[in-house]
Amino acid sequence: MVLDDFFIRSLLVSAGIGCVAGPLGCFLLWRRMAYFGDTMAHSALLGIAVGTLLGIKPLAGVFAIAFATALLLLALQKAVRLSSDTLLGLLSHSTLALGLVILAMSGHAYGHDLLSYLFGDVLAVTWSDLVLVWVGGFVCLIVLMQVWHPLVAITVHEDLARAEGAPVVRCQVIYMLLVAGAVAAGMKVVGMLLVVALLVIPAAAARSFSRTPEQMAMLAAVIGIVSCSSGLLSSLAFDTPSGPSIVVVAMLIFLASLTVRPLTRAFGSRQVRSS
Amino acid sequence: MTADRAALVEARGVSFRRNGREILDQVDISVGLGEVVTLIGPNGAGKTTLVRMLLGLLQPDSGSVHLPSSVCVGYVPQYVHFGPVMPMSVARMMALTRRPARVEIEAALEETGSGHLLEANAADLSGGELRRVLLARALLRSPDLLVLDEPVQGVDYLGEADMYALIAHIVARRGCGVLMVSHDLHIVMAATDRVVCINHHICCSGVPQEVVKDGNFLHLFGSRAGVVTAVYQHDHDHEHGLSGEVSATVRNSHSHAGAMGEQNGSG
Repeated sequence: MVLDDFFIRSLLVSAGIGCVAGPLGCFLLWRRMAYFGDTMAHSALLGIAVGTLLGIKPLAGVFAIAFATALLLLALQKAVRLSSDTLLGLLSHSTLALGLVILAMSGHAYGHDLLSYLFGDVLAVTWSDLVLVWVGGFVCLIVLMQVWHPLVAITVHEDLARAEGAPVVRCQVIYMLLVAGAVAAGMKVVGMLLVVALLVIPAAAARSFSRTPEQMAMLAAVIGIVSCSSGLLSSLAFDTPSGPSIVVVAMLIFLASLTVRPLTRAFGSRQVRSS
Repeated sequence: MTADRAALVEARGVSFRRNGREILDQVDISVGLGEVVTLIGPNGAGKTTLVRMLLGLLQPDSGSVHLPSSVCVGYVPQYVHFGPVMPMSVARMMALTRRPARVEIEAALEETGSGHLLEANAADLSGGELRRVLLARALLRSPDLLVLDEPVQGVDYLGEADMYALIAHIVARRGCGVLMVSHDLHIVMAATDRVVCINHHICCSGVPQEVVKDGNFLHLFGSRAGVVTAVYQHDHDHEHGLSGEVSATVRNSHSHAGAMGEQNGSG
C-alpha cells in the first residue's frame, strides 16, 4: 500500500510515543500505580480547559495540570487520612467534571474537538508535532535513564534506597513530570481515555520475557513501538479508528505473551533442576 | 573503617509523637564498633520508628541522633516484597544503589552462604534465602554498622540459629557494629553484647544476663521469657564466664525452649 505523507507522520509520532511510554509504564506497574496514571489522564480535560482559557496550547495545559494533579495526589496521600483509591477516585472525576464545566462555560462546544481529546486523532499531527514528540521523547528517555537506578531502588524498598543516599523525593517528582509529559503526548495518539493503556499494556506484555527491570523496560519500548505502528497500519487496513486499534494490538501482544510465560517457566525450572 | 570507636550511631533523649500518641519517649541508644546491640520490645513498641531515626529517615520531635557521615551503614530491612510484575534477579538486586563488580557480588553472596543464588529470581527465594541475600547486599558496602530489622523474619526455627551464627561470624570477621531489632527473645540474647528493651520508653538495658532479671523486662515479657532466655544464655556461658551449672540440661531443652520462645514472640 502507498502511504501518504500524513500517515508516515502519524506513524513516526505514535512510534516515538510508544517507545517512551513503555519504559515509563514499567514503574506504574511495579509501584502499583496504574490508577495513578489513570487519574493523571482524567485530569487532562481540565488541562485542556485551562490551556484554552489561558490561551496556551491545550497540550501544554494538559502537561501542567497532569503534573499538578500528581503532586497534589502525593501531598494528599501524606496529609489526609483517606485511602489511596478514595483519593484517586476523588481527583480523577472531579478534575474531569471540572474540565467539562469550564469548557462548556467558556463556550467551547462538545464537538469534534472533545472526541479527538477523548480518543485521540493521530492522523491530524503536523510536522512540528512530530519534532516536538521526538525531541521531547529523546529528552524524556535521557532523563529517565538518569533517575532509573534510584527509581528501581525506591521501588524495591523506599527506606533502603533513602538510607543508601537515593534522592527519593526528587526522583519521584521527576518521574511524575515524565508521566505527565507522556500523558500529554499520548493524548494525541490514543486520547485521554486510552492513554494509560500505552503506558501499562506494553510494559505488562514485556514482563513474561524479562529477568531484570532493565530488560523489561527495553522490551516494553520495543512492544510499544510495535503496537503503535502495527496498530496504526491495521487501522488503515481495516478502516478502524486509529487510537483504539493501537490499544487492541497492544492487548493482543499482551495475550500472546501470557502463552509464552508458562513455556519459559517450564524451561527455566528444568534448567534449575539440571544444575 | 575509620569511624569513631566511641559510637557509630547514637540517639540521645529522642521523643516522637504522631496523632497524639507517644511513640518514643526520651530514648537513648548507641552502638559502638564491634558491638552487637539488640533492640527488643513488643509489637508497636516503637522499634522500627527508632531504627528509622537512627538511619536518618525520620527526624525526632526532640532529642538528637548522631550518625557521622564517615560511618557507612548497611541496612537490612524487615520486609522486601517483589510483586509478581517486577523481574529482579539476585545479581541485579545486589546492584541496587551502587554497581559492584561481579567478583564482589559473588564474594558477598558466598560470605552469607548464598553464592548458588546469584542467578535466581528474587521473588522465588524462601524467607531465609532472601534474608541472606539482603545481608550480602548490605555487606557489599563494607559497612561499619549493620542494621538488621528482624533478621529472622520468615526464617524457620532451625534456620534462626544458623542466621544468628552467621551474624556472629560476620561481626567477628569484620569487626563492624550491629544493631539488631527483634521481638524474638530466646536466641538473640545469647549473641548480644547489650540488650535495649523498649516499650515507647527504655524499659531496661544492659548485658543480657542483667536484663533478664530486670523487673521491667519480666513485667513486659512475662516471667516465662526470662526462663527461656536464661536457658539460651547458658549456651554461651563459656564465653561470658558466668556459672554454667545448668548447661548439661540446656542442650536437652533446646527444642522445648524454642517452642516457648515462639509462643512468647507471637503473643
